[in-house]
Parts: sequence; structure tokens; C-alpha cells
Amino acid sequence: MIEANRQGDVWVVAEQNDGELHDVGLELLSKGRKLATELGVHLTAVVMGAKVDAHAKKLVQYGADRVLAAEHELLAHYQTQPFAKVVIGLLAQHRPQIVLFGATPVGRDLAPRVASALRAGLTADCTDLDIGEHTEPGSNHKYEKLLYQIRPAFGGNIIATIVNPERWPQMATVREGVMPMLEPDTSRRGEIVLMRPELTAEDAVLNVLESVHAEKRVNLKGSRTIVAGGAGVGSKENFRLLWDLANAMGGAVGASRAAVDSGWIHKDHQVGQTGVTVRPALYVAVGISGAVQHRAGMSEAKKIVAINTDPNAPIFGVAHYGIVGDLNRVIPMMIDAIKKRV
Amino acid sequence: MAYHLVVLVKQVPDTKRITGEAMREDGTVNRAALPAIFNPEDLHALELALELRDRYGGRVTVISMGPPQACEVLRDSLERGADDAILLTDRRAAASDTLATSYILSCAIRTVARQTPVDLVLCGRQAIDGDTAQVPPQTAEKLGWPQITYVESVEEVAGRRLRAKRNTGAGWERVEGPLPCLVTVTDGGPHPRPASAKRIMAVKRARCRAEIAQAVAAEMPAATPEAQKAEVEKRAAALQARGFLIKQWTLDDIQADLAWCGRDGSPTKVKRIQSVILKGSGFKKIEATGDAIATMVHELIEDHTIG
Repeated sequence: MIEANRQGDVWVVAEQNDGELHDVGLELLSKGRKLATELGVHLTAVVMGAKVDAHAKKLVQYGADRVLAAEHELLAHYQTQPFAKVVIGLLAQHRPQIVLFGATPVGRDLAPRVASALRAGLTADCTDLDIGEHTEPGSNHKYEKLLYQIRPAFGGNIIATIVNPERWPQMATVREGVMPMLEPDTSRRGEIVLMRPELTAEDAVLNVLESVHAEKRVNLKGSRTIVAGGAGVGSKENFRLLWDLANAMGGAVGASRAAVDSGWIHKDHQVGQTGVTVRPALYVAVGISGAVQHRAGMSEAKKIVAINTDPNAPIFGVAHYGIVGDLNRVIPMMIDAIKKRV
Repeated sequence: MAYHLVVLVKQVPDTKRITGEAMREDGTVNRAALPAIFNPEDLHALELALELRDRYGGRVTVISMGPPQACEVLRDSLERGADDAILLTDRRAAASDTLATSYILSCAIRTVARQTPVDLVLCGRQAIDGDTAQVPPQTAEKLGWPQITYVESVEEVAGRRLRAKRNTGAGWERVEGPLPCLVTVTDGGPHPRPASAKRIMAVKRARCRAEIAQAVAAEMPAATPEAQKAEVEKRAAALQARGFLIKQWTLDDIQADLAWCGRDGSPTKVKRIQSVILKGSGFKKIEATGDAIATMVHELIEDHTIG
């Protein structure tokens, strides 16, 4: 356990995979920037890899005041123990007050290992973070400026606010795509601390025999418009219409779990709690009833158009425009209207 | 070479079937209104353990932490082929967060291992009530063992080495690691076998002590506490003799330090719970006619949503 340092910095552990910096670290820097400013402390980013100096510069441009850049050949490819050892060592040495990780497969593997070693609290999959006070029931002890770790639970049916009053650092993993990324500022200056952690071959207990990167078929997170289909689409053939509408708008095609499970579209297209979280300018939900698990992944879209034959579908509760009707009639009308524009 | 495989399983409310009745006015969840099920990914972990035992020999021990009702998932595990089942139940473990839970589970695994050394612990990647996926890596850390997360298959266990294929989210990798270790299994893991009819007949009478006590209290409400206790002992001994007594452990049985269990042992506290409210502001109903849809599209173009 490390002693709580109420003046400690805010930290973001930025993830890089085989030389590519993951977006979620940059998203976390924008939120971390706000939290650090509110607390009156600095924002530090940690990045680990075989060669990370270029990443370090980028992290400064995205808001870090300081970057701890750990370079070691044993950090070239992710595996739990050497990465955990480096993070645990840095946290024990610097004692930040808040540590944020992306809730990616890597972050969800690494953060609990680190939190357990430090006997610190960790909240998974946060969708929002804030600073606020807390009075502990029972002792009535009042804490100022704690991290509110806000996350969906129970399959997205409830939103819980979690605090960690005593056993610091306050640690959280944060979902990808829920925090908007700042524009990089190339004139920003920050301190870059290059270091070589002490790691030996025994720290890398696993042998990675083979690693295959399978590119996702679609970049939903990067799409401004998404046309998504659910069980109500009815068939793979009917999905054709959704592709046509997406093409007419220069958008991508998404899907609910029901459509993926029916085999109408590949899993990479899945939006929602077990898929990706998106926040596009426009989300057209076709034949999607709007179960909470799906809404959790798309309700932050700026505009939502819902097309459904069931006027009582919950999707209409989050939609800005609702059309009760058959997609085979409605979608061609939409395509027609888009093509006739100007 | 035979292996001792331990599977951690959890009984969870079926969050996919949540309805209005399951949500209380204050936004909290009425767990009693939801059917309790075997956490789906834990079934894949159990199946992987059973396959490894069938391939290499050894034993599968299943552990579940929860209230006495959690014996349901233990019976289910026995019906599918597990050799041994242990219920960890103790009121002092209530309100444990993931860190306290992992500490308790690590104490239980150490206790099991004192009898027969454990080679591999298998768990589902995450439970559908919390979806945190934190307990397995924290348990591995507490044991000081390596972890291999998101496993879809174990290609081979040879001597003290294991080779597995894991889903990295952006592809997959094959890794090799030492035993003992802990693996988490995703729904891409092997398909769970059904319970065998023969085993169902054998296992359906299996009970833990808490369940026997509940049955005795219901059947002999007028009996003195001593008489009830004697009856519980009698029934437990009878089940034990036939190998149908599900072991029931408390925190004392696993020598857990109470300072690290339950509410006191949990660094994280729930400050507030809100039910999810549908927001949809400025909802417009659009008729399914060409004109109305053209007007909507025009609005979306005007406010730069499209284009």
C-alpha cells in the first residue's frame, strides 16, 4: 500500500501497441487536463515500449505537462507482468492521486494487476469522471475533491458513482470513445523524462509465440454518420438498404447484437455495451428496439433518427427524429431526399 | 500427467432480462425480481477445465462465492462433470469490492492447494452483473501467478508449460506460460457441454449445510434449535457418506484476514446509484411519407449533421 498523496498529480497511462499510440490515451488526456486543472496539479502521461520518444512528444501536444517514457526491449510487445512492474514502480515512487487507464483489452488486463499489488481501489469501464466531495456514512468523515468514477452497471440499467476515499491512488479504467479528444497543439511544451526501467528476462514470464493483428472491417469510432440495423431489419438482404443509405451519406454501417448474432453482419460492426461506443454526428437506428445494452453505445450521438415498425420501441425515447414505418419504404425515401439535396 | 484445475464460478442476475419491475423507485435493482443464472463466460471456463481434465487426467474443483443459493451453479457444475464443489459463504464477505473479492478467492485457492496443489485456475473473463473483468487479474496477482486473459483455447499443456490462444481485441496471439497460472476464458471458448442425465440423477440431491439448515427449519418449525441442529448434522452426514455434501467454507476456514474482506477491505465505495433515464430531447415524429422525410433530411443538411 502507498500512502495517499492529496497533492499528487493526475496520471494517464497511455497505451501503445507495436508502435501505434492508442486513441484512448489521447482521449484521457483531455479529461485528465480538466481534472488536473480543477485540482491545481500537473498532468503526467506514462508510455512504455521499445521506442517511445515520438509518442512522448505527441502526448505533450495532447495536453500532458510531463511524460514518463519507459523504453526497454522487453516492452516491445505487451504482456502483463513487465508492464505492471514498471507502472507499480512509478506509482510507488511518484504517488499520483489519480491514475487513468483506457478500458481496452490491454488496460483491463494491466490496471487490476497494478491496483491489486498496491491494494488500491479500481473502478472499471468509467464513462465519466468528475471531482466532488464525499461524506463517508458511519464515520461522517468529509473528503474534499475526490474523483467521482461514473460507470454503468447491471447491463447498463443503472449508473453508479464510485469513490475511493482512502486507499489511493484513485484508479479507473475509462471506456474508449466516450471522452472527446482535444485538437493537438504543436506549440505546447512539456517535460519528457526518458527512462530505462530495470527489467530482466524473468519478468517476461510468457512467451508470445505468434501475434496476429486482424484489422477491424470498419472504423465506427471514426465515422461521422452511422446507419445501424437490428433484429427488425429481418434479413441479410434487407441490410443491403442500410449499406446504400450509409454510402449515400459517406457513412458506415453499424449493428445491434441481435443483428450480429443472426449472422447478417460481422461482429466488428457491433455497437453497444459489448461492441464499440460511438458518438457520431448522426446515428440512424433501423429496426433496433433500443435495449439498454445498445443505447449504452450510441446515446451520445448528436442526432439520432429511429426507424421502427413498433411505435413503442424504447429507441424512440432517445431519438431526435422518429419514423414509424417499414424500412423498405422509408430508407429509399431518405436516399432519394439526400441525392436531391442542394 | 494429471492436473488439478480450479474453476471460479459466479451466480449472477440475468441482466439481459431486466424489466421495469426489476428497478425500484429509488433507482436500485431488485435482484430478487431477476432470474439467477450461471455467469455465461464461467460456463466456457468450466468447459475448458473439463476438456483439459478429460485429455490429461486430474480433477476439476469448482469454487463459488455467494449466498447459499449459489449452490445452484455448483450443482450445475457437478452435473456437467466437475469432481468437487466448494461454496464460500459468509456474511462478513458481503459488500466486498473486486479487490476484497480477489483476496478472499485467493485465500480459498490457497486452502484448496494445501490439500492438492493447484496447477491452473480458470475463470470467465467477466461477470454480467458488474462487467468489470477485474477479479481474475487481481486474484492472479494475489497468488503471485501469471495471468493469461481472454483465452479462447488451450492448445496444449505439456509438463509445467501451457500454450493458449488469446483474443487481443485487435486480433489474436498464441502465448506459452508456466504453471501454475490463471486464465480467463471468453465466450469464444469451447461450447459448454450439457449436463449428463446420469449425473443429474446423482447430483440433484447434493446440498451444502446452509441449504440443509433451511430445509430443516422449514420442515421442523416447532423443533428446538438443538433438535434442528442435530437433524442438520444427521442429514449432512448422510449426504457426506454418499459424496453429495457440497463443502461450505467461511472466511475462518480459509484463514482470511477480516481487515481485507467485506466493506472494510474494499477501497471503493458506491456513492450513488441512478437508474438510466431515457433522455431524447426535442423529439420529432416524422410521418413515413416522401415529403416529411425530405423535410427531415433537409433539416439534417441545414444543421450540418449530414455532409
